[in-house]
Amino acid sequence: MPELVTRVTVEELPAASGDPITVMRFSGDITSASQPAVIGTYEGLPDSVKRILLDFSKVEYLNSSGIALVIQMMIAASKKGQKINSFGLSPHFKKVFTMVGITKYTTLHEDEATACAAFE
Amino acid sequence: MSNKATGITDKPKGSGRASSSSIELRLPSRLGYEKVAMNTAASVARLMGFSDERVDDLKTAVAEACINAMEHGNKLDEGLSVGVILSMDANSLEVKVTDNGDGPKSKTDAPDIDKKMLGEEEARGMGMFLIQALVDEAEWVSSPPEGSYARMVIHLSNPAV
Repeated sequence: MPELVTRVTVEELPAASGDPITVMRFSGDITSASQPAVIGTYEGLPDSVKRILLDFSKVEYLNSSGIALVIQMMIAASKKGQKINSFGLSPHFKKVFTMVGITKYTTLHEDEATACAAFE
Repeated sequence: MSNKATGITDKPKGSGRASSSSIELRLPSRLGYEKVAMNTAASVARLMGFSDERVDDLKTAVAEACINAMEHGNKLDEGLSVGVILSMDANSLEVKVTDNGDGPKSKTDAPDIDKKMLGEEEARGMGMFLIQALVDEAEWVSSPPEGSYARMVIHLSNPAV
């Protein structure tokens, strides 16, 4: 049973005010094998990006190694002064993200519209 | 939050469940195959009547225990297998995950996200903490040369954590 490939698509959404929002939409599995997809994609974003929205709604499997990659990305974003919001996590993974403390550095929203509005 | 029993020991405590039936799996030490154990445990838990929330808790705990067994216990040696034994009785489901290693040396402290953000703590290393947090009982038993195991139990009577 091989791990499902992690796919990440990036798109830019206009914001009601201020900087545009760069959305990273994840699908498949996020595991230790996802470093190129997660960190590689993040590192490919231009330095001008200030607002990042993480879309987990199509993620099928997420484990602690995958969560560690999300934390690595947040560390890098924090150093660049970027703000990260997230949406699309199941209730279970919202609980897990809260348990490990990620919610101190990203807010978890119910849907994309709420998450985008929270940047304002 | 339910009462929990957790710990690392070199003496097995949880063996010998009376009047239980069991299912055994042997997995290659190859990342990705933890999902076989995870989905089997989920199927059994649903048949026993556990709520969706508790099934999700168990899935994550079993997956993390298998990953630890593959990576740290068996060093990803595909010639070594990870054993998964699910034992059911009327009120509880026990999952033991066995490997050929010496067992974990570290404790199951909660991750410190601030230290991780400052680079003072590795981003990884949350598996044992999650197992402990998500099941009702968790213990890690080191018994070389036979190997080691993680033991997890969820009880039907306990609400979700």
